[in-house]
Amino acid sequence: MNPEFAGGQHLIEIIYLTASALFILALKWMNAPPTARRGILAGEIGMVLAIAGTLLQHGIIDYKWIFVALVIGSGIGVPLGMVQMTAVPQRTALSHAFGAFCVTLVGTAEFYLRTPHVPAFMMSVLCCEVILGGLTVTGSLMAAGKLQEVLPQRPITYSGQNFVNLSLLAVAIGIAIYLVHDPGATHLYPAMVGIALIFGVMLVIPIGGADMPTVISLLNSYAGLSAAAMGFVLNNKLLIIAGALDGSSGFILSVIMSKAMNRSFTNVLFGAFGQVAASSAAVEEAKAVKSASPDEAAGILAAANKVVIVPGYGMAVAQAQHKVRELFDALTKRGVDVRFAIHPVAGRMPGHMNVLLAEADVPYDRLMEMDDINGDFPQVDVSLIIGANDVTNPAAKTDTASPIYGMPVLDVEKSHTVMVIKRSMNPGFAGIDNPLYYMDRTLMLFGDAKVFVSNIVKELSGSHG
Amino acid sequence: MGSSLIDGLFVFMLAGFIGFEVIKRISPLLHTPLMSITNALDAIAVVGAIVLVGRHESRLAFILGFLAVIAATSNIVGGFLITDRMLKMFKASRPTKS
Repeated sequence: MNPEFAGGQHLIEIIYLTASALFILALKWMNAPPTARRGILAGEIGMVLAIAGTLLQHGIIDYKWIFVALVIGSGIGVPLGMVQMTAVPQRTALSHAFGAFCVTLVGTAEFYLRTPHVPAFMMSVLCCEVILGGLTVTGSLMAAGKLQEVLPQRPITYSGQNFVNLSLLAVAIGIAIYLVHDPGATHLYPAMVGIALIFGVMLVIPIGGADMPTVISLLNSYAGLSAAAMGFVLNNKLLIIAGALDGSSGFILSVIMSKAMNRSFTNVLFGAFGQVAASSAAVEEAKAVKSASPDEAAGILAAANKVVIVPGYGMAVAQAQHKVRELFDALTKRGVDVRFAIHPVAGRMPGHMNVLLAEADVPYDRLMEMDDINGDFPQVDVSLIIGANDVTNPAAKTDTASPIYGMPVLDVEKSHTVMVIKRSMNPGFAGIDNPLYYMDRTLMLFGDAKVFVSNIVKELSGSHG
Repeated sequence: MGSSLIDGLFVFMLAGFIGFEVIKRISPLLHTPLMSITNALDAIAVVGAIVLVGRHESRLAFILGFLAVIAATSNIVGGFLITDRMLKMFKASRPTKS
Protein backbone atom coordinates (compact mmCIF):
# COMPACT_ATOMS: atom_id res chain seq x y z
CA MET A 1 0.00 0.00 0.00
CA ASN A 2 1.56 3.31 -0.99
CA PRO A 3 1.72 6.08 1.63
CA GLU A 4 -0.47 8.42 -0.38
CA PHE A 5 -3.28 5.88 -0.43
CA ALA A 6 -2.97 5.22 3.28
CA GLY A 7 -3.24 8.96 3.90
CA GLY A 8 -6.38 9.12 1.78
CA GLN A 9 -7.85 6.25 3.73
CA HIS A 10 -7.21 8.10 6.97
CA LEU A 11 -8.92 11.19 5.62
CA ILE A 12 -11.99 9.11 4.77
CA GLU A 13 -11.99 7.58 8.24
CA ILE A 14 -11.88 11.05 9.78
CA ILE A 15 -14.75 12.19 7.59
CA TYR A 16 -16.75 9.16 8.73
CA LEU A 17 -15.88 9.93 12.33
CA THR A 18 -17.19 13.48 11.93
CA ALA A 19 -20.34 12.19 10.26
CA SER A 20 -20.91 9.77 13.15
CA ALA A 21 -20.67 12.63 15.66
CA LEU A 22 -23.09 14.70 13.59
CA PHE A 23 -25.58 11.82 13.49
CA ILE A 24 -25.52 11.50 17.26
CA LEU A 25 -25.97 15.26 17.62
CA ALA A 26 -28.85 15.12 15.15
CA LEU A 27 -30.70 12.72 17.41
CA LYS A 28 -29.75 14.62 20.54
CA TRP A 29 -31.20 17.84 19.12
CA MET A 30 -34.38 16.02 18.17
CA ASN A 31 -35.34 15.85 21.85
CA ALA A 32 -37.50 19.00 21.81
CA PRO A 33 -39.14 21.18 19.15
CA PRO A 34 -36.96 24.31 19.59
CA THR A 35 -33.72 22.51 18.67
CA ALA A 36 -35.11 19.81 16.44
CA ARG A 37 -34.56 21.54 13.12
CA ARG A 38 -30.91 22.04 14.01
CA GLY A 39 -30.83 18.26 14.33
CA ILE A 40 -31.92 17.89 10.72
CA LEU A 41 -29.16 20.21 9.60
CA ALA A 42 -26.58 18.19 11.53
CA GLY A 43 -27.89 14.99 9.95
CA GLU A 44 -27.78 16.48 6.47
CA ILE A 45 -24.23 17.75 6.83
CA GLY A 46 -23.14 14.37 8.17
CA MET A 47 -24.79 12.63 5.25
CA VAL A 48 -23.24 14.91 2.61
CA LEU A 49 -19.81 14.52 4.22
CA ALA A 50 -20.14 10.75 4.31
CA ILE A 51 -21.17 10.53 0.66
CA ALA A 52 -18.41 12.92 -0.42
CA GLY A 53 -15.87 10.95 1.60
CA THR A 54 -17.01 7.72 0.00
CA LEU A 55 -16.53 9.14 -3.48
CA LEU A 56 -12.85 9.69 -2.59
CA GLN A 57 -12.45 6.04 -1.79
CA HIS A 58 -9.72 4.07 -3.52
CA GLY A 59 -10.78 2.03 -6.52
CA ILE A 60 -13.83 4.02 -7.53
CA ILE A 61 -13.55 4.45 -11.26
CA ASP A 62 -17.10 4.86 -12.40
CA TYR A 63 -18.55 8.16 -11.21
CA LYS A 64 -21.10 8.62 -13.96
CA TRP A 65 -23.45 5.84 -12.87
CA ILE A 66 -23.14 6.83 -9.22
CA PHE A 67 -24.44 10.26 -10.07
CA VAL A 68 -27.19 8.87 -12.29
CA ALA A 69 -28.37 6.71 -9.39
CA LEU A 70 -28.13 9.59 -6.93
CA VAL A 71 -30.23 11.77 -9.23
CA ILE A 72 -32.88 9.09 -9.83
CA GLY A 73 -33.04 8.39 -6.09
CA SER A 74 -33.49 12.06 -5.30
CA GLY A 75 -36.21 12.23 -7.93
CA ILE A 76 -38.09 9.45 -6.13
CA GLY A 77 -37.31 10.90 -2.71
CA VAL A 78 -38.86 14.32 -3.29
CA PRO A 79 -42.45 13.12 -3.81
CA LEU A 80 -41.98 10.69 -0.90
CA GLY A 81 -41.02 13.66 1.24
CA MET A 82 -44.05 15.67 0.16
CA VAL A 83 -46.86 13.24 1.09
CA GLN A 84 -49.83 14.36 3.17
CA MET A 85 -49.38 14.16 6.92
CA THR A 86 -52.22 11.64 7.22
CA ALA A 87 -50.21 9.35 4.91
CA VAL A 88 -47.04 9.51 7.00
CA PRO A 89 -47.46 6.02 8.55
CA GLN A 90 -47.53 4.26 5.18
CA ARG A 91 -44.74 6.48 3.89
CA THR A 92 -42.64 5.50 6.87
CA ALA A 93 -43.34 1.82 6.33
CA LEU A 94 -42.39 2.23 2.68
CA SER A 95 -39.12 3.88 3.55
CA HIS A 96 -38.28 1.07 5.99
CA ALA A 97 -38.75 -1.20 2.98
CA PHE A 98 -36.46 0.95 0.80
CA GLY A 99 -33.75 1.09 3.43
CA ALA A 100 -33.86 -2.65 3.97
CA PHE A 101 -33.96 -3.18 0.18
CA CYS A 102 -30.70 -1.27 -0.15
CA VAL A 103 -29.07 -3.31 2.61
CA THR A 104 -30.26 -6.62 1.16
CA LEU A 105 -29.00 -5.76 -2.32
CA VAL A 106 -25.60 -4.72 -1.04
CA GLY A 107 -25.37 -7.87 1.07
CA THR A 108 -26.24 -10.01 -1.94
CA ALA A 109 -23.66 -8.28 -4.13
CA GLU A 110 -21.01 -8.74 -1.44
CA PHE A 111 -21.90 -12.41 -1.13
CA TYR A 112 -21.37 -13.11 -4.82
CA LEU A 113 -18.19 -10.99 -4.93
CA ARG A 114 -16.61 -12.77 -1.99
CA THR A 115 -17.79 -16.35 -2.20
CA PRO A 116 -16.28 -18.90 -1.69
CA HIS A 117 -13.55 -17.26 0.40
CA VAL A 118 -15.60 -15.86 3.25
CA PRO A 119 -14.45 -16.15 6.87
CA ALA A 120 -17.03 -17.61 9.22
CA PHE A 121 -17.75 -14.41 11.13
CA MET A 122 -18.11 -12.42 7.92
CA MET A 123 -20.61 -14.93 6.58
CA SER A 124 -22.64 -14.96 9.77
CA VAL A 125 -23.08 -11.18 9.80
CA LEU A 126 -23.75 -11.21 6.08
CA CYS A 127 -26.52 -13.76 6.61
CA CYS A 128 -27.91 -11.67 9.50
CA GLU A 129 -27.85 -8.68 7.20
CA VAL A 130 -29.81 -10.25 4.37
CA ILE A 131 -32.25 -12.22 6.54
CA LEU A 132 -33.14 -9.13 8.61
CA GLY A 133 -33.08 -6.97 5.49
CA GLY A 134 -35.20 -9.36 3.46
CA LEU A 135 -37.91 -9.81 6.06
CA THR A 136 -38.00 -6.06 6.65
CA VAL A 137 -38.50 -5.40 2.93
CA THR A 138 -41.60 -7.55 2.57
CA GLY A 139 -42.86 -6.97 6.12
CA SER A 140 -42.74 -3.23 5.61
CA LEU A 141 -44.38 -3.46 2.20
CA MET A 142 -47.18 -5.46 3.80
CA ALA A 143 -47.52 -2.89 6.57
CA ALA A 144 -47.57 -0.07 4.04
CA GLY A 145 -50.20 -1.91 2.02
CA LYS A 146 -52.40 -2.39 5.08
CA LEU A 147 -52.01 1.25 6.09
CA GLN A 148 -52.78 2.46 2.57
CA GLU A 149 -55.77 0.09 2.63
CA VAL A 150 -54.79 -1.68 -0.57
CA LEU A 151 -54.53 -4.82 1.56
CA PRO A 152 -57.15 -5.97 4.09
CA GLN A 153 -56.49 -4.37 7.47
CA ARG A 154 -58.12 -7.10 9.49
CA PRO A 155 -55.65 -9.60 10.89
CA ILE A 156 -55.54 -12.76 8.76
CA THR A 157 -55.01 -15.84 10.87
CA TYR A 158 -55.12 -19.56 10.34
CA SER A 159 -54.39 -22.46 12.63
CA GLY A 160 -50.75 -23.42 12.89
CA GLN A 161 -49.70 -19.94 11.80
CA ASN A 162 -47.05 -19.53 14.45
CA PHE A 163 -45.69 -22.97 13.69
CA VAL A 164 -45.40 -22.14 9.98
CA ASN A 165 -43.71 -18.80 10.70
CA LEU A 166 -41.23 -20.20 13.15
CA SER A 167 -40.41 -23.07 10.81
CA LEU A 168 -39.70 -20.65 7.99
CA LEU A 169 -37.39 -18.66 10.21
CA ALA A 170 -35.70 -21.85 11.40
CA VAL A 171 -35.08 -22.98 7.81
CA ALA A 172 -33.57 -19.60 6.89
CA ILE A 173 -31.28 -19.73 9.92
CA GLY A 174 -30.40 -23.34 9.11
CA ILE A 175 -29.31 -22.33 5.61
CA ALA A 176 -27.33 -19.46 7.10
CA ILE A 177 -25.48 -21.85 9.39
CA TYR A 178 -24.76 -24.12 6.45
CA LEU A 179 -23.39 -21.18 4.44
CA VAL A 180 -21.13 -20.20 7.32
CA HIS A 181 -19.84 -23.75 7.27
CA ASP A 182 -19.59 -23.95 3.47
CA PRO A 183 -19.41 -20.45 1.92
CA GLY A 184 -19.22 -21.94 -1.57
CA ALA A 185 -22.79 -23.27 -1.50
CA THR A 186 -24.04 -20.46 -3.72
CA HIS A 187 -27.14 -22.36 -4.81
CA LEU A 188 -28.50 -22.13 -1.25
CA TYR A 189 -28.14 -18.38 -1.00
CA PRO A 190 -31.23 -17.46 -3.11
CA ALA A 191 -33.29 -19.89 -1.07
CA MET A 192 -32.28 -18.16 2.14
CA VAL A 193 -33.18 -14.73 0.80
CA GLY A 194 -36.43 -16.07 -0.64
CA ILE A 195 -37.45 -17.56 2.69
CA ALA A 196 -36.61 -14.32 4.49
CA LEU A 197 -38.84 -12.46 2.04
CA ILE A 198 -41.71 -14.90 2.56
CA PHE A 199 -41.23 -14.76 6.32
CA GLY A 200 -41.65 -10.97 6.23
CA VAL A 201 -45.03 -11.34 4.53
CA MET A 202 -46.18 -14.05 6.93
CA LEU A 203 -45.04 -12.00 9.91
CA VAL A 204 -47.26 -9.01 9.13
CA ILE A 205 -50.31 -10.86 7.75
CA PRO A 206 -51.79 -11.59 11.21
CA ILE A 207 -51.28 -8.04 12.48
CA GLY A 208 -54.21 -5.62 12.63
CA GLY A 209 -54.33 -1.88 12.21
CA ALA A 210 -54.36 -1.09 15.92
CA ASP A 211 -51.02 -2.86 16.34
CA MET A 212 -49.35 -0.94 13.54
CA PRO A 213 -47.50 1.51 15.82
CA THR A 214 -45.62 -1.38 17.43
CA VAL A 215 -44.97 -3.16 14.16
CA ILE A 216 -43.68 -0.08 12.39
CA SER A 217 -41.32 0.57 15.30
CA LEU A 218 -40.15 -3.02 15.26
CA LEU A 219 -39.49 -2.92 11.51
CA ASN A 220 -37.60 0.34 12.09
CA SER A 221 -35.42 -1.51 14.53
CA TYR A 222 -34.82 -4.43 12.14
CA ALA A 223 -33.87 -2.03 9.34
CA GLY A 224 -31.32 -0.44 11.66
CA LEU A 225 -29.89 -3.75 12.82
CA SER A 226 -29.52 -5.00 9.25
CA ALA A 227 -27.60 -1.81 8.39
CA ALA A 228 -25.36 -2.36 11.42
CA ALA A 229 -24.71 -5.94 10.26
CA MET A 230 -23.77 -4.51 6.88
CA GLY A 231 -21.31 -2.26 8.70
CA PHE A 232 -19.61 -5.39 10.05
CA VAL A 233 -19.48 -6.95 6.60
CA LEU A 234 -17.88 -3.85 5.07
CA ASN A 235 -15.87 -3.04 8.20
CA ASN A 236 -17.40 0.43 8.17
CA LYS A 237 -17.85 1.95 11.64
CA LEU A 238 -20.09 4.78 10.46
CA LEU A 239 -22.59 2.20 9.25
CA ILE A 240 -22.32 0.27 12.51
CA ILE A 241 -23.03 3.46 14.46
CA ALA A 242 -25.91 4.65 12.29
CA GLY A 243 -27.41 1.16 12.34
CA ALA A 244 -27.06 0.88 16.11
CA LEU A 245 -28.71 4.29 16.59
CA ASP A 246 -31.59 3.38 14.32
CA GLY A 247 -31.89 -0.05 15.86
CA SER A 248 -32.06 1.30 19.39
CA SER A 249 -34.50 4.03 18.35
CA GLY A 250 -36.86 1.50 16.82
CA PHE A 251 -36.43 -0.76 19.81
CA ILE A 252 -37.26 1.97 22.34
CA LEU A 253 -40.31 3.03 20.36
CA SER A 254 -41.55 -0.56 20.18
CA VAL A 255 -41.10 -0.93 23.93
CA ILE A 256 -43.04 2.30 24.54
CA MET A 257 -45.79 1.18 22.17
CA SER A 258 -46.08 -2.30 23.68
CA LYS A 259 -46.19 -0.85 27.18
CA ALA A 260 -48.90 1.57 26.12
CA MET A 261 -50.96 -1.43 25.07
CA ASN A 262 -49.89 -3.60 28.01
CA ARG A 263 -48.61 -6.25 25.67
CA SER A 264 -45.33 -7.96 24.98
CA PHE A 265 -43.56 -8.09 21.60
CA THR A 266 -44.32 -11.75 21.27
CA ASN A 267 -47.96 -11.01 21.92
CA VAL A 268 -48.04 -8.37 19.17
CA LEU A 269 -46.24 -10.61 16.71
CA PHE A 270 -47.99 -13.83 17.52
CA GLY A 271 -51.20 -12.62 19.11
CA ALA A 272 -53.57 -11.45 16.36
CA PHE A 273 -55.45 -9.06 18.58
CA GLY A 274 -58.83 -8.80 16.83
CA GLN A 275 -59.58 -12.49 17.18
CA VAL A 276 -59.64 -12.52 20.96
CA ALA A 277 -61.63 -9.34 21.11
CA ALA A 278 -64.64 -10.49 19.13
CA SER A 279 -65.78 -13.02 21.69
CA SER A 280 -66.19 -10.67 24.63
CA ALA A 281 -67.80 -7.87 22.64
CA ALA A 282 -70.92 -9.81 21.86
CA VAL A 283 -73.81 -8.93 24.17
CA GLU A 284 -74.08 -5.24 24.94
CA GLU A 285 -76.79 -4.34 22.37
CA ALA A 286 -79.73 -3.34 24.51
CA LYS A 287 -78.10 -0.72 26.72
CA ALA A 288 -79.35 2.80 26.34
CA VAL A 289 -77.14 5.71 25.36
CA LYS A 290 -77.82 9.42 25.45
CA SER A 291 -77.14 11.41 22.35
CA ALA A 292 -76.93 15.12 21.67
CA SER A 293 -77.12 17.47 18.69
CA PRO A 294 -74.38 19.89 17.59
CA ASP A 295 -76.08 22.90 19.20
CA GLU A 296 -76.50 21.10 22.53
CA ALA A 297 -72.85 20.07 22.38
CA ALA A 298 -71.82 23.62 21.51
CA GLY A 299 -73.79 24.96 24.47
CA ILE A 300 -72.10 22.59 26.91
CA LEU A 301 -68.65 23.31 25.50
CA ALA A 302 -69.18 27.08 25.63
CA ALA A 303 -70.23 26.87 29.28
CA ALA A 304 -67.17 24.85 30.27
CA ASN A 305 -64.00 26.15 31.86
CA LYS A 306 -61.75 23.24 31.03
CA VAL A 307 -62.07 21.07 27.96
CA VAL A 308 -59.88 18.15 26.96
CA ILE A 309 -60.03 16.83 23.43
CA VAL A 310 -59.01 13.22 22.91
CA PRO A 311 -58.15 12.57 19.26
CA GLY A 312 -57.75 9.12 17.74
CA TYR A 313 -57.22 7.52 14.39
CA GLY A 314 -60.85 8.25 13.47
CA MET A 315 -59.96 11.95 13.42
CA ALA A 316 -57.26 11.26 10.85
CA VAL A 317 -59.58 9.09 8.75
CA ALA A 318 -62.23 11.82 8.70
CA GLN A 319 -59.52 14.44 7.96
CA ALA A 320 -61.08 16.41 10.80
CA GLN A 321 -57.92 17.91 12.32
CA HIS A 322 -58.35 21.34 10.71
CA LYS A 323 -61.96 21.58 11.91
CA VAL A 324 -60.78 20.51 15.34
CA ARG A 325 -58.30 23.39 15.29
CA GLU A 326 -61.20 25.78 14.47
CA LEU A 327 -63.07 24.39 17.45
CA PHE A 328 -59.95 24.91 19.57
CA ASP A 329 -59.74 28.53 18.39
CA ALA A 330 -63.45 29.23 18.92
CA LEU A 331 -63.37 27.88 22.46
CA THR A 332 -60.06 29.51 23.34
CA LYS A 333 -61.47 32.84 22.18
CA ARG A 334 -64.29 32.40 24.69
CA GLY A 335 -61.78 31.87 27.46
CA VAL A 336 -62.17 28.09 27.66
CA ASP A 337 -58.97 26.25 28.55
CA VAL A 338 -58.60 23.61 25.84
CA ARG A 339 -55.98 20.88 25.87
CA PHE A 340 -55.43 17.70 23.91
CA ALA A 341 -54.78 14.33 25.56
CA ILE A 342 -52.59 12.15 23.38
CA HIS A 343 -52.41 8.45 24.12
CA PRO A 344 -49.08 6.92 22.99
CA VAL A 345 -50.77 4.51 20.59
CA ALA A 346 -53.39 6.92 19.21
CA GLY A 347 -53.07 6.76 15.45
CA ARG A 348 -51.12 4.38 13.31
CA MET A 349 -47.56 5.20 14.29
CA PRO A 350 -45.77 6.69 17.30
CA GLY A 351 -46.51 10.41 17.60
CA HIS A 352 -48.95 10.43 14.66
CA MET A 353 -51.60 12.57 16.38
CA ASN A 354 -49.07 15.22 17.40
CA VAL A 355 -47.98 15.69 13.82
CA LEU A 356 -51.54 15.93 12.52
CA LEU A 357 -52.50 18.52 15.13
CA ALA A 358 -49.29 20.46 14.63
CA GLU A 359 -50.06 20.53 10.93
CA ALA A 360 -53.45 22.04 11.75
CA ASP A 361 -51.60 24.74 13.74
CA VAL A 362 -52.51 23.58 17.22
CA PRO A 363 -49.70 24.85 19.46
CA TYR A 364 -47.62 21.91 20.69
CA ASP A 365 -47.70 23.04 24.34
CA ARG A 366 -51.44 22.21 24.30
CA LEU A 367 -50.71 18.58 23.43
CA MET A 368 -50.44 16.59 26.66
CA GLU A 369 -49.01 13.15 27.23
CA MET A 370 -51.20 10.63 28.97
CA ASP A 371 -49.24 10.57 32.23
CA ASP A 372 -49.23 14.37 32.46
CA ILE A 373 -52.95 14.84 32.00
CA ASN A 374 -54.51 11.79 33.62
CA GLY A 375 -54.46 13.33 37.10
CA ASP A 376 -56.35 16.40 35.85
CA PHE A 377 -59.45 14.69 34.52
CA PRO A 378 -61.54 15.12 37.72
CA GLN A 379 -61.24 18.90 37.22
CA VAL A 380 -62.13 18.73 33.54
CA ASP A 381 -65.62 19.91 32.61
CA VAL A 382 -65.87 18.27 29.22
CA SER A 383 -63.83 15.54 27.58
CA LEU A 384 -64.50 15.47 23.86
CA ILE A 385 -63.44 12.21 22.22
CA ILE A 386 -62.96 12.33 18.48
CA GLY A 387 -62.35 9.07 16.70
CA ALA A 388 -60.70 7.34 19.64
CA ASN A 389 -62.10 4.27 21.37
CA ASP A 390 -59.92 1.71 23.13
CA VAL A 391 -57.58 4.32 24.61
CA THR A 392 -60.54 5.74 26.57
CA ASN A 393 -62.07 2.43 27.60
CA PRO A 394 -62.46 2.22 31.40
CA ALA A 395 -62.92 -1.55 31.11
CA ALA A 396 -59.15 -1.71 30.74
CA LYS A 397 -58.96 -0.78 34.41
CA THR A 398 -61.85 -2.76 35.86
CA ASP A 399 -62.90 -5.68 33.68
CA THR A 400 -60.40 -8.52 33.99
CA ALA A 401 -62.20 -10.35 31.18
CA SER A 402 -61.61 -7.53 28.73
CA PRO A 403 -58.97 -8.24 26.11
CA ILE A 404 -57.43 -4.85 26.80
CA TYR A 405 -57.42 -5.30 30.58
CA GLY A 406 -54.28 -3.69 32.03
CA MET A 407 -53.67 -1.35 29.12
CA PRO A 408 -53.04 2.18 30.39
CA VAL A 409 -55.94 4.41 29.27
CA LEU A 410 -56.96 8.05 29.54
CA ASP A 411 -59.18 8.59 32.60
CA VAL A 412 -61.84 10.49 30.64
CA GLU A 413 -64.68 8.94 32.64
CA LYS A 414 -63.61 11.07 35.62
CA SER A 415 -64.46 14.34 33.89
CA HIS A 416 -67.84 15.98 34.53
CA THR A 417 -69.17 15.37 31.05
CA VAL A 418 -67.92 13.06 28.33
CA MET A 419 -68.82 13.63 24.71
CA VAL A 420 -67.98 11.06 22.08
CA ILE A 421 -68.13 11.76 18.37
CA LYS A 422 -68.73 8.48 16.64
CA ARG A 423 -70.30 7.31 13.41
CA SER A 424 -72.53 4.69 15.02
CA MET A 425 -72.60 2.29 17.93
CA ASN A 426 -70.49 -0.27 16.08
CA PRO A 427 -67.53 -1.27 18.20
CA GLY A 428 -64.21 0.28 17.19
CA PHE A 429 -61.35 -1.12 15.24
CA ALA A 430 -60.40 -3.81 17.68
CA GLY A 431 -64.05 -4.76 18.11
CA ILE A 432 -64.15 -4.12 21.84
CA ASP A 433 -67.23 -2.58 23.44
CA ASN A 434 -66.70 0.54 25.53
CA PRO A 435 -68.74 0.92 28.78
CA LEU A 436 -67.92 4.62 28.67
CA TYR A 437 -70.71 5.10 26.13
CA TYR A 438 -73.41 3.94 28.54
CA MET A 439 -72.51 6.20 31.44
CA ASP A 440 -74.99 8.81 32.63
CA ARG A 441 -72.59 11.66 32.07
CA THR A 442 -71.76 10.56 28.53
CA LEU A 443 -73.33 12.14 25.48
CA MET A 444 -72.94 10.42 22.14
CA LEU A 445 -72.56 12.73 19.17
CA PHE A 446 -73.43 10.60 16.17
CA GLY A 447 -72.02 11.59 12.82
CA ASP A 448 -68.94 12.13 10.74
CA ALA A 449 -66.22 13.72 12.86
CA LYS A 450 -65.44 16.47 10.40
CA VAL A 451 -69.07 17.41 9.77
CA PHE A 452 -70.01 17.25 13.42
CA VAL A 453 -67.11 19.36 14.60
CA SER A 454 -67.75 21.98 11.93
CA ASN A 455 -71.41 22.12 13.00
CA ILE A 456 -70.33 22.73 16.59
CA VAL A 457 -68.01 25.48 15.38
CA LYS A 458 -70.87 27.05 13.41
CA GLU A 459 -73.10 27.02 16.47
CA LEU A 460 -70.37 28.57 18.58
CA SER A 461 -69.67 31.40 16.15
CA GLY A 462 -73.41 31.91 15.46
CA SER A 463 -74.30 32.41 19.11
CA HIS A 464 -71.25 34.53 19.70
CA GLY A 465 -72.65 37.92 18.59
CA MET B 1 -9.45 -9.36 10.76
CA GLY B 2 -9.97 -10.53 14.33
CA SER B 3 -9.18 -7.17 15.87
CA SER B 4 -11.37 -5.20 13.45
CA LEU B 5 -14.26 -7.48 14.38
CA ILE B 6 -13.72 -6.81 18.06
CA ASP B 7 -13.38 -3.08 17.36
CA GLY B 8 -16.64 -3.23 15.47
CA LEU B 9 -18.39 -4.94 18.37
CA PHE B 10 -17.12 -2.29 20.78
CA VAL B 11 -18.39 0.45 18.47
CA PHE B 12 -21.74 -1.28 18.11
CA MET B 13 -22.13 -1.71 21.86
CA LEU B 14 -21.23 1.90 22.63
CA ALA B 15 -23.40 3.32 19.86
CA GLY B 16 -26.29 1.20 21.06
CA PHE B 17 -26.01 2.63 24.57
CA ILE B 18 -25.65 6.19 23.28
CA GLY B 19 -28.66 5.67 21.09
CA PHE B 20 -30.62 4.35 24.03
CA GLU B 21 -29.72 7.29 26.29
CA VAL B 22 -30.28 9.94 23.61
CA ILE B 23 -33.52 8.58 22.27
CA LYS B 24 -35.03 7.94 25.70
CA ARG B 25 -35.01 11.71 26.21
CA ILE B 26 -36.90 12.53 23.04
CA SER B 27 -40.36 13.91 23.71
CA PRO B 28 -43.21 11.68 22.52
CA LEU B 29 -44.40 14.80 20.73
CA LEU B 30 -41.64 14.19 18.19
CA HIS B 31 -41.75 10.42 17.80
CA THR B 32 -42.97 10.57 14.23
CA PRO B 33 -40.24 12.95 13.04
CA LEU B 34 -37.76 10.87 15.05
CA MET B 35 -38.69 7.84 13.03
CA SER B 36 -38.41 9.68 9.75
CA ILE B 37 -35.01 11.15 10.59
CA THR B 38 -33.59 7.81 11.78
CA ASN B 39 -34.82 6.44 8.49
CA ALA B 40 -32.85 9.05 6.61
CA LEU B 41 -29.74 8.47 8.73
CA ASP B 42 -30.04 4.73 8.29
CA ALA B 43 -29.83 5.27 4.55
CA ILE B 44 -26.12 5.89 5.15
CA ALA B 45 -26.01 2.32 3.80
CA VAL B 46 -25.73 4.22 0.53
CA VAL B 47 -21.95 4.36 1.07
CA GLY B 48 -21.68 0.60 0.64
CA ALA B 49 -23.79 0.78 -2.49
CA ILE B 50 -21.77 3.65 -3.96
CA VAL B 51 -18.59 1.61 -3.66
CA LEU B 52 -20.24 -1.30 -5.48
CA VAL B 53 -21.27 0.93 -8.37
CA GLY B 54 -17.99 2.82 -8.48
CA ARG B 55 -15.73 -0.24 -8.44
CA HIS B 56 -17.76 -2.10 -11.02
CA GLU B 57 -16.20 -5.43 -10.03
CA SER B 58 -18.89 -7.55 -11.63
CA ARG B 59 -22.02 -6.83 -13.61
CA LEU B 60 -24.26 -8.28 -10.89
CA ALA B 61 -22.63 -6.20 -8.16
CA PHE B 62 -22.92 -3.12 -10.34
CA ILE B 63 -26.64 -3.59 -11.02
CA LEU B 64 -27.51 -4.43 -7.42
CA GLY B 65 -25.42 -1.50 -6.21
CA PHE B 66 -27.08 0.84 -8.68
CA LEU B 67 -30.56 -0.11 -7.44
CA ALA B 68 -29.36 0.14 -3.85
CA VAL B 69 -28.05 3.66 -4.38
CA ILE B 70 -31.44 4.68 -5.81
CA ALA B 71 -33.35 3.16 -2.87
CA ALA B 72 -31.09 4.69 -0.26
CA THR B 73 -30.95 8.12 -1.87
CA SER B 74 -34.72 8.30 -2.06
CA ASN B 75 -34.78 7.60 1.69
CA ILE B 76 -32.17 10.26 2.39
CA VAL B 77 -33.90 12.96 0.37
CA GLY B 78 -37.44 11.97 1.31
CA GLY B 79 -36.58 11.39 4.96
CA PHE B 80 -34.89 14.71 5.58
CA LEU B 81 -37.53 16.56 3.56
CA ILE B 82 -40.52 15.19 5.43
CA THR B 83 -38.83 15.53 8.82
CA ASP B 84 -38.20 19.17 8.07
CA ARG B 85 -41.78 19.70 6.93
CA MET B 86 -43.09 18.13 10.11
CA LEU B 87 -40.84 20.08 12.42
CA LYS B 88 -41.76 23.37 10.79
CA MET B 89 -45.33 22.72 11.88
CA PHE B 90 -44.56 22.47 15.57
CA LYS B 91 -45.20 25.92 17.01
CA ALA B 92 -45.58 27.05 20.60
CA SER B 93 -48.72 28.97 21.71
CA ARG B 94 -47.20 32.39 21.80
CA PRO B 95 -43.69 33.72 22.17
CA THR B 96 -42.74 32.72 25.71
CA LYS B 97 -43.23 35.55 28.17
CA SER B 98 -40.19 37.78 28.25
